[in-house]
Formats: sequence, structure tokens, C-alpha cells
Amino acid sequence: MTVKQRMAIDRQKMLERPPHKRNKDFNEVNLGFDEELAKLEASRCLQCKNPKCVEGCPVGVDIKKFLELVEQGDFLGAAAVMRDANSLPALTGRVCPQETQCEEKCIRGIKGEPVAIGHLERFIADYERAAGEPSKVQIAPATGKKVAIVGSGPAGLTAAADLARMGHDVTIFEAFHAPGGVLGYGIPEFRLPKKIVAAEVVNLKKLGVKIELNVIIGRTYTLDELFENGFKAVFVANGAGLPVFLGIPGENFKGVYSANEYLTRVNLMGAYDFPQRDTPIIRGRQVAVIGGGNVAMDSVRTAKRLGAEKATIVYRRSEKEMPARVEETHHARDEGIIFEMLKNPIRILGDDDGWVKGMECLRMELGEPDDSGRRRPVPIEGSNFIIDADVVVVAVGASANPLLSGATPDLKINKWGYIEVDENLQTSTKPGVFAGGDIVRGSATVILAMGDGRLAAKSIDKYLATLNS
Amino acid sequence: MAVEHKIVQKQMLAPDVVSVWLQAQQIARVRKPGQFIILRIAEGSERLPLTIADVDPAAGTIRLIVQAVGKTTRQLAELEVGQAIRDVVGPLGKPTHLENFGHAVCVGGGVGTAVVYPIAQALAGLGNKVTAIVGGRTKDYVILESELAQFCTEVIPTTDDGSYGRKGFVTTALKDLLDGSPNPPIKAIYAVGPVPMMKAVSELTRPYAIYTVVSLNPIMVDGTGMCGGCRVTVNGKSQFACVDGPEFDGHLVDFDELSDRLKTYREAESQALKRYEQHQCKLKGTL
Ligand SMILES: Cc1cc2nc3c(=O)[nH]c(=O)nc-3n(C[C@H](O)[C@H](O)[C@H](O)COP(=O)(O)OP(=O)(O)OC[C@H]3O[C@@H](n4cnc5c(N)ncnc54)[C@H](O)[C@@H]3O)c2cc1C
Ligand SMILES: Cc1cc2nc3c(=O)[nH]c(=O)nc-3n(C[C@H](O)[C@H](O)[C@H](O)COP(=O)(O)OP(=O)(O)OC[C@H]3O[C@@H](n4cnc5c(N)ncnc54)[C@H](O)[C@@H]3O)c2cc1C
Ligand code: SF4
Ligand code: SF4
Ligand code: FES
Repeated sequence: MTVKQRMAIDRQKMLERPPHKRNKDFNEVNLGFDEELAKLEASRCLQCKNPKCVEGCPVGVDIKKFLELVEQGDFLGAAAVMRDANSLPALTGRVCPQETQCEEKCIRGIKGEPVAIGHLERFIADYERAAGEPSKVQIAPATGKKVAIVGSGPAGLTAAADLARMGHDVTIFEAFHAPGGVLGYGIPEFRLPKKIVAAEVVNLKKLGVKIELNVIIGRTYTLDELFENGFKAVFVANGAGLPVFLGIPGENFKGVYSANEYLTRVNLMGAYDFPQRDTPIIRGRQVAVIGGGNVAMDSVRTAKRLGAEKATIVYRRSEKEMPARVEETHHARDEGIIFEMLKNPIRILGDDDGWVKGMECLRMELGEPDDSGRRRPVPIEGSNFIIDADVVVVAVGASANPLLSGATPDLKINKWGYIEVDENLQTSTKPGVFAGGDIVRGSATVILAMGDGRLAAKSIDKYLATLNS
Repeated sequence: MAVEHKIVQKQMLAPDVVSVWLQAQQIARVRKPGQFIILRIAEGSERLPLTIADVDPAAGTIRLIVQAVGKTTRQLAELEVGQAIRDVVGPLGKPTHLENFGHAVCVGGGVGTAVVYPIAQALAGLGNKVTAIVGGRTKDYVILESELAQFCTEVIPTTDDGSYGRKGFVTTALKDLLDGSPNPPIKAIYAVGPVPMMKAVSELTRPYAIYTVVSLNPIMVDGTGMCGGCRVTVNGKSQFACVDGPEFDGHLVDFDELSDRLKTYREAESQALKRYEQHQCKLKGTL
């Protein structure tokens, strides 16, 4: 195919379920590409000499190569190329903010739309899973060295897979009764089906990784006790954790949730299935979600699916500044989510029985750019108004969970409570202890957490080798 | 590190109050008084927080004392020796602040007695003179009296209806104790029970300016600080009871807010219980 022919092909759309149907259940919104669409979309790639797309990918997936193989119809080959850099493509294909990473850099994006790298990544991963043939992985001879991993989110899962392939004896300790971290309790089924996370966990177990659920490091065992139990190195990937509240009056009225609690009740505990399952949730008729990131978007779309007549995003900047993935914002809008932009709650209102009944907000305007480079929202004096709501979900960020660091005085943390590491090695100040993911970066992304896990695995492997001598 | 949580012993302490000993080796080894666990009976069950009332590190078991008030606690109380609980995680929460005060009083209301029991034991172990006041609605609801008597200098039972011990609430007995020039003077009070009782004890001791500790029981999900569902207001500040507590200075706690938040799922809870009862009836009917 000539460049001209390639340029003539428009970006292919992934099939998705109609908004009025999908906003009533928790099944996945996107239906994916079929083989023909995938090949067509991949043929839009110009096979650049200097593929810019790769620069945009935090883990350096060989995008050009995998797209070439997709175009040729060698989907399993493409999946194998993918797995060299990214061990969880079924997840990243679904949740990476592609528009600010690989796809932002794609040369085709300059004049038109970039190649749908994310959609193709999702396609080959799903193809591989359906074929039941995970690309052959080499497992090095057993070293007999025990490595502990704290947390089973993307950082922990990635490090575990790599370390197991290097021949080490890996155990993951997870505080919850189910593995996956945010992939399990945070990101909803309609965006990331849990069976995909479960399939990755099965793959890990096939590699010989052990997973011990219901173990909290810092409580059930300290880090030092892990070493006493024969572990030679530990990778701490316990996520960010603590929900941030706004600190405005009324946040303790009944019906006010943190996004973490709201999503955990629904995703992990199955509250949408109450009373078949035991954990309840308040199903609001008018649900207001405060925030503009992925977490806010997941919460508000969950609220709609739980039956809210009105599900509203309340965000203090404008839509352009919203950190959520563009795809999610589009999907949310199609599903009938209301966007109240440039509004900031200053007080939550309750009724006589202590139930939330609304929020007093101020209108905002955008001023000068702040540290983050985004224009700072400035309240408009006297613009107070009320948004009615019988459930309010606060989704304005997370801070570091001090549970593990508090029990480990010799682990250095920064002033926000995140673990300090050497960026090139993921080593912490405590010998044999490595860290990565949200507990190092603050709230980041799945792919960055995975990148940390991969780097940590390499460092741990080197570190273990030094223990021999 | 293999984990299996079988019930090895079970005993009824009062109508609807059951004591179970459960296998949980590592928790039995490291837990300190004041800490709790969260369990999930089976797939689909709620996560249920319960205080660790006692441990037997040698046997690798922990003791839970449970009041069957709703679906999940009922279900737990109906399990038999040999049956297993799917998930048990812990120990959670900050251990009780303990020291040798000279003389401390432990006040238990209803099943709250199970929560003060390990604290009383630890205080006695540190050389304190410990007086226990244990209240119940009627005689049948006064629990752990003889077990407490093994290390407390004095155990004062009270009942609301006067069917046993002193008539009246635990606060009546406590007030008499405080006014009776106790020797050595009382330097600390640990009170656990229904929220109104903890509030009443805290109000009672405030003018005496005696250090008063209460153990709060807000609704919890994860127990690790991740969800914020357990937030309580203490000294005007929001605290997460699962990691910052569950014990707090009773003189600083906003009890009214706690009571109110505990009502969040009342409707869902009664629905769940009704369904459960119907289900149990059907089961029995077919036997
Ligand atoms: C609702 C939501 C939506 C998101 N959407 C996206 C998205 O679309 N795209 C994207 O790239 N990113 C998204 N993110 C961010 C992304 O999920 C995180 O950056 C990523 O999961 C961090 O991975 P992690 O491995 O560091 O930690 P986590 O995924 O947080 O996993 C940490 C695990 O450690 C466990 N743990 C904690 N403490 C202990 C302990 N002491 N002992 C044992 N185990 C412990 C936790 O239970 C948890 O399972 C989203 C986040 C949320 C909350
Ligand atoms: C840290 C902590 C330690 C606890 N230790 C014990 C213990 O050792 N023994 C024990 O029996 N209980 C203890 N509890 C309380 C216990 O967890 C609740 O009774 C339980 O959640 C009720 O569940 P259920 O499904 O059976 O009843 P539900 O159907 O949830 O509730 C039934 C009734 O109990 C009330 N209720 C619900 N949750 C609570 C609660 N957390 N506290 C008080 N009342 C509640 C409801 O208002 C309702 O009227 C503890 C709670 C916490 C947070
Ligand atoms: S991992 Fe994420 S950033 Fe990298 S190529 Fe895949 S979708 Fe793009
Ligand atoms: S930049 Fe775009 S067109 Fe070029 S190789 Fe990468 S994906 Fe293909
Ligand atoms: S129970 Fe979730 S933060 Fe305390």
C-alpha cells in the first residue's frame, strides 16, 4: 500500500453498545474491533522511520512493529511483540489515556486522527485470550529466592510476572479478599470487565506466583517479618489509597460517599446486586459527583447505572481541563450525564434527618495558569446557587496510605507520605525494599504503575544476584 | 502461611450473644488489645468488623464475641464448630493505649463488654487495680462477669430492670464509684457499648476530668483507611476509625453524628434480615 492510500483511510470506530441500553447495566460499553476492522485500522500506520508514537508510551511498546503484524493478520505475533514491553495489554488497551500518550505523538494526528493504537492493543490482547494461547513465555531456572510483593494492583502484578519469569519464588500479599487493586475495586466492569483481570491473575498463577489474600503488610506482618520469613527482597506497591475530602461543612451527612467507598461497594462488594449480595448502597435519584478525573467519571456513570434519574459531574474548571480520558467523557455525555462545569461546592446541605439534600455551589471563572499549567479557577463573588442531590460522591483525589510506612520507620517517605525511591532503580532507603506505582508517584496511571513494576523487577533481579557473592 | 479459618469452639453467652474461637494463627500471634478483624463469611457476604476479644497464640486461635443483630451476625452465630469462615483480615486498628494508672475502670454495655474484656485483662496485667462494671438489659444479658472476675478487683453487674446486680444503667454504678472516694483514685475509664451509653459515660466523667476512652463502631468497608466510610468527628476533626481508632477520647467524640451515620443502611438492613429469616424458615420447612 502506498502512503497516499494509507492516508486515505479514515480512523475506524470501535463498535459500542447504544447509550440508552448500556447506561442501565454494568456490561462493557465497547465491543471492540473485528479482524477486518483491525487490519484496516492498522493499515493506516505509515510505518514511520522515526516512530514518534513510541516516545509517547511510558513503557516503550514497539508500536510500529505490532501494527505491522496486525496489518498482516498475524495477531498472535503482534501480541508477542506487545508483551515484550507490556504484560497487561488487555488492560492498558482499555484504560491508558492514549490521547495524551502514544496517540498524541502519532504522526497521523498532525493532520487528521492518529492511529487507534489503544483499540488495536485491546484487540490483539482479546484475540490472544480467546485463542487460549498466551504467547510462549520463557521461565528461567528456579533460583530458589523468595520475593514478596505488597499489593496486587498493576504495579504488583507486573513485577510478579517478570520476577517469576526470572525464576524467582514470588508471593503477592494483598490486603483485600480479591486481587487486582484499583483494577478490581475501582475501575468499573463496564470499562474493564473483571474476567479480564481474573484471566491475568490465572496467568500469573501459571507462572508459579502465589497470592495470599487478606494479609496487610504493616499489620499482619511487618516488612521485617517478611525478611525473617526468608524473603530476600520486597516490592512495595500498595497504591495511594486514602480518599481526600473537601473539608467543607456537611460532608458527614448520610448519603455522602468518597468515590473509593462508592466504587468499592459496587465493584468489589457487588452492591448493585443487593440483596442477592449483602453489601448495600444508597441509590440516589439525583447523584452529584464532585471532580473531573477518571474516578469521578466512573462514579457518575455508576450512579446512572444504579438508577439515578439525574447524574451530574460538578467540576471547578472547564471541560478542557478535565483530567479524565477523553473517551470516558464522551461516553458519559452519550449516556446522559449532566456536566456542571466551573462550579465549586462550598457546603453540603442536609435535611432534618441528616440525609444529604443538596450542595451550595459557587460559579467559577478561569484565571491565570497555576503550577499544573492549567488555568486556575477563581470563584465569582455572590454567584451562589444550589444543586439538588440525595447522594453526593466526592472524587477529588487520593493521598498516601500511612499504614505500611507508619509501621516501617526506616522507610523514608516525602512530606506527602509517598515512598522515596531512586527513580532509575525503584530502590527505597531500606535495604532489599523497592517501591513503585501510586505509593511513589501519587495518583498516576495503570501504565506508569506497570512501568515501575517492570523496572523494579529488573532491579530486584540484580539485587538478588549481589546476595550470592 | 497457609490460612484456614475454622471455628473450633462455640458457646452461647446470652440470648443472641455467641462466643466463637476461630483459627487465625498469625493474627493470634501479633494482635494487641483493642484491635479488631474484618471477616467475610462466604462469597457475597458483607465485610463485618469484630473486636478480637481474646487470643490463644499457642493454639493459633482468636475469640470473637458476637451479638446477632442483623443478617450477617445472625448467619455467623448460626455457624457450627468445624465450619470455616472464608476471609479474615487483621489485626486492624490502633492497639489500646495502656499504662499503669493505678486504678482503672472498665465499663461494658451489652456486647461492648466483649470489647472491654481484653482491655481489662491487659490493664490488670500492667499492675492496675481494675474495676469492671458490666451492664445488660436483664440478667441474661450480663456477659463475661466470671471471666472478668479472674483479674478484676471488683466486678459490678447492673441490669436495666433490676433482675440482677444493681438496678439501672452502668452510669449509675459508675457515678457511685466516682463519688465514693475510690482508692487509689480512678485515673482512666474505658467504656464500650451502644453509642448512647458511651455518650452518657463520657458526659458523666467530663466534670471529673478523668481520661475516658471509648471504642467506636461506625460502618466500615475495608478497615485500612481506603474508603473513608468509617469517618467520625473527634475534636472537630474528621478521623477514620479503622486506622486512627477505633478508640478515642470520649470527651472529644461527636456521638450524635456517629449515631446518625449508623442509621444509613437501616432500611437495607431490615430488608436483608427479613429475606434471611424467610429463607431460613423455608430451609427448616423442607427438613
Ligand atoms: C476509579 C479509578 C479509575 C481509574 N481509571 C484509570 C484509567 O482509566 N486509566 C489509568 O491509567 N489509570 C486509572 N486510574 C489510576 C490507576 O488505577 C492507578 O494509578 C493504578 O491502579 C496504581 O496501581 P498500583 O499498583 O500502584 O496500586 P493499586 O492499583 O492501588 O493497588 C494497590 C493494592 O495494594 C493493596 N494494599 C494496600 N495496602 C496494602 C498493605 N499494607 N498490604 C497488602 N496490600 C495492600 C490494595 O488493597 C490494592 O489492591 C484510576 C483509578 C481509580 C481509583
Ligand atoms: C471496630 C468494630 C468492632 C466491633 N466489634 C464488635 C464485637 O466484638 N461484637 C459485636 O457483636 N459487634 C461488634 N461490632 C459491631 C458489628 O460489626 C455490627 O453489629 C455488625 O456490623 C452488624 O451487622 P449485621 O449485618 O448483623 O447487622 P445489620 O443488619 O448491619 O444491622 C442490624 C442493626 O445493628 C445496627 N448496627 C449496624 N452496624 C452497627 C455497628 N457497626 N455497630 C452497632 N450497631 C450497628 C444497625 O443500626 C441495625 O439496627 C464492631 C464494630 C466495629 C466497627
Ligand atoms: S501501553 Fe498505553 S501508551 Fe503504550 S502503546 Fe499501549 S496504549 Fe499506548
Ligand atoms: S507514529 Fe503513528 S503512523 Fe508513525 S509508526 Fe507510530 S503509529 Fe504508525
Ligand atoms: S473502613 Fe474504610 S477507611 Fe475505615
